[in-house]
Amino acid sequence: MNKAPAKKLLFISRHAPYGSSLAKDALDAVLASSAYDQQLSLLFMDDGVFQLLSNQSSTEIAQKSFSSILPVLPLYEINSIYVHYESLEKRQITINELVLDSVQIIDSAAICSLLAQQDQLLSF
Amino acid sequence: MSTLHTINKSPFSHATLSSCLQICGTQDGILLLEDGVFGALTSSPCIDELTAMIDAGVKVYALKGDVNARGLNEKIHAAIRLTDYNGFVQLSIEHKCVQSWY
Repeated sequence: MNKAPAKKLLFISRHAPYGSSLAKDALDAVLASSAYDQQLSLLFMDDGVFQLLSNQSSTEIAQKSFSSILPVLPLYEINSIYVHYESLEKRQITINELVLDSVQIIDSAAICSLLAQQDQLLSF
Repeated sequence: MSTLHTINKSPFSHATLSSCLQICGTQDGILLLEDGVFGALTSSPCIDELTAMIDAGVKVYALKGDVNARGLNEKIHAAIRLTDYNGFVQLSIEHKCVQSWY
């Protein structure tokens, strides 16, 4: 039987960490999907960019820190990680505050074409 | 290929419509539903950006049942088309992907 061609899936994470389970759910979904040989990308925009701050310490609220989860993404061969430039700028977050150093910072126009290239969008 | 963006939050209290408009392409469609239909009002905080997108070619729809339920049928901007659940299904088929802003 022929193998089905890989689909392009984009996970869009637009919510801040800890306040709801959405941010964690997005990471769980992208890590689980990495087992299926699809072309995965992950986009952080709006309050989702707060997940990327490097000095998170969440032991006092008894939750796992995003600073420690996010660096595993490249180990799962998830290397297409995008961050919305205007969302960072609005929140005055600079590139050197981000926990991941392999992200691609892209503007609204680039996100527009990124969405247009996908087979499936998963919104968190 | 194009994307259908669905908005279900009021632009008076959420930034979802504004975020969507930032990255919406001219081939895309926008469907306002549930509290998202407040974005179709002539008094909506995003109405200028929304009508600019309509002028650029974006098709913007509001779900009629949600508009009528909220008593807004006289207050909807003329450039926004009303649709129903069958229309919603049709729009989902016509666009390649659906992005739900919530």
